[in-house]
Amino acid sequence: MKISKEEIKHIAELARLELSNEEFEKYGNQLEQILGYIDQLQEVDVSQIEPTAQVTGLVNVVREDKAVDWDKKEVKVALNQAPETEANQVKVKRVLK
Amino acid sequence: MPIKLNELTIKQAQDKLDKNEITSVELTKACLTRIKEADKKIKACLTVCEKEAIDEAKQADEKRNKGKKGGLLGIPYLAKDNILTKGVKTTVASKILENYIAPFDATIIKKLKKAGAVLLGKTNLDEFAHGASTENSAFGSTHNPWDLERVPGGSSGGSGAAVIADMCLFALGTDTGGSIRCPASFCGVVGLKPTYGRSSRFGLVSMTSSTDVPGPLTKTVEDASLVLKTIEGVDEQDSTTVDNKSGDYENFLFKNLKGLKIGLPEEYFVEGTGVGVKKTIQVAVEKLKELGAEFIEVNLPHTKYGVPAYYIITPSEISSNLARFDGIRYGYSETNNGRNSENDLMSIYKKSRGHGFGPEVKRRIMLGTYALSAGYYDAYYLRAQKVRTIIKKEFDEVLEKVDLLLTPTAPHTAFKIGEQVDNPVKMYLEDIFVTGASLSGLPAMSINCGFVDGLPVGLQLIGKRFDEAILFRVGHNYEKATNWNEKKPNI
Repeated sequence: MKISKEEIKHIAELARLELSNEEFEKYGNQLEQILGYIDQLQEVDVSQIEPTAQVTGLVNVVREDKAVDWDKKEVKVALNQAPETEANQVKVKRVLK
Repeated sequence: MPIKLNELTIKQAQDKLDKNEITSVELTKACLTRIKEADKKIKACLTVCEKEAIDEAKQADEKRNKGKKGGLLGIPYLAKDNILTKGVKTTVASKILENYIAPFDATIIKKLKKAGAVLLGKTNLDEFAHGASTENSAFGSTHNPWDLERVPGGSSGGSGAAVIADMCLFALGTDTGGSIRCPASFCGVVGLKPTYGRSSRFGLVSMTSSTDVPGPLTKTVEDASLVLKTIEGVDEQDSTTVDNKSGDYENFLFKNLKGLKIGLPEEYFVEGTGVGVKKTIQVAVEKLKELGAEFIEVNLPHTKYGVPAYYIITPSEISSNLARFDGIRYGYSETNNGRNSENDLMSIYKKSRGHGFGPEVKRRIMLGTYALSAGYYDAYYLRAQKVRTIIKKEFDEVLEKVDLLLTPTAPHTAFKIGEQVDNPVKMYLEDIFVTGASLSGLPAMSINCGFVDGLPVGLQLIGKRFDEAILFRVGHNYEKATNWNEKKPNI
């Protein structure tokens, strides 16, 4: 399994990771090695098999959709974790150009 | 010979507390003293909250004086540092959450608080629970108390090391693909991964939401049943918890093993399993036969596909779950980094994540992003989920024929720190015997069954969904007939 440098860069872009050149090199090689190992899954006949995403057997667990007040002190602790806040809200960089 | 208070099991401590022979403050102080003296070498704890612990212990003693008894009231414990604790740092052993303080408690912490258990601090782990050795912690590896040059296993390695070194009466861990059982095996303690959906995931730092489950690491099987009894149960805030009635654990513990059928899966005893481990497990099997259990050879032919399926499903869920660490709302951020003051949104994401996450986390995010990306989804993710169906079905069918399964927890004993840190595939193969129960959502427990060259060997019991009781029954009977769980490292 060969992964090109462009492909690795594309994946890092999708994953929102800034990587150094050494990291591109290292992760590229290691991903090839890991995927080479994982490729044995191709041996298994899965033609008649449904995928499993979860094992509980539960279906559509719902609860009432109502807003619950959050303790003011907890809100403060939560907001204090953000690097920038304004008027009791998390401040974000411009999204639209 | 009088033993130190921190060396007590939960059951023993409960008894002494109920008889007013000791107080929770004394018990808590004994643990804190032990942490101070032993943790310089072991490095199991990332945070110790001494003041809060003493306060909680005092409250527990007051409640006891007012007539409240039993349960985990006044029992000191440590929690893995990927479990949110209100007001006490939760770092996930990552630079990206180095200073994070959760505004609320995880459901299991809330339940323990209500029961009056005393939180001593938080234990080390592989960053974001990604690993089988704790070497991936951003704050340095934990050392195995049996041999300081070796790993304690992972990812709940701090919890395993702390329990065997008597720094606490029990510890909490989380198990996604072996992360409670592996350190239990390498450290020689009891480690229970409950059935998926038995104990709430609300307030765990999510890794693989379809297999994550919190559980206890303890000194005895009976203690594991006491902790499970407290932390289990359906939770409105985790829609994957199942409303299954609690097992009658106490009564089950004391049933003998006559007529019990235990399956030995052939695939767990072939190539790759160390000779010493195999022999030790065989001796344990003979002991269980003496106690009345019947053994039957069974087959789980897709065992070898467990690890490759797991290492597609897990990184895929990780790449999605860890998208929340964006440098905007909490955690490490390059927003206010002087030289980056002109950063746009995209570069804040990329820089905060690129600099905040460690190597194994980035590796898994990359692998998962690749497996889920256009053109590869069918070949990797979908195929892995189908293989998961086969593995689960195979377990379910075998468990129709026997009451439970017995296997080694790991193919070998604890390895040396640094030995395989640059070989991800070798590291992933550490999970060979533990991924099956995770992918299938089955309860599984590791207990110590002896030593090879002075290092503990773990024996794994795997049961039917929601049948933790049978694991406790077999484990407890075995423990009473041997005394491996009483052996302690000299440290």
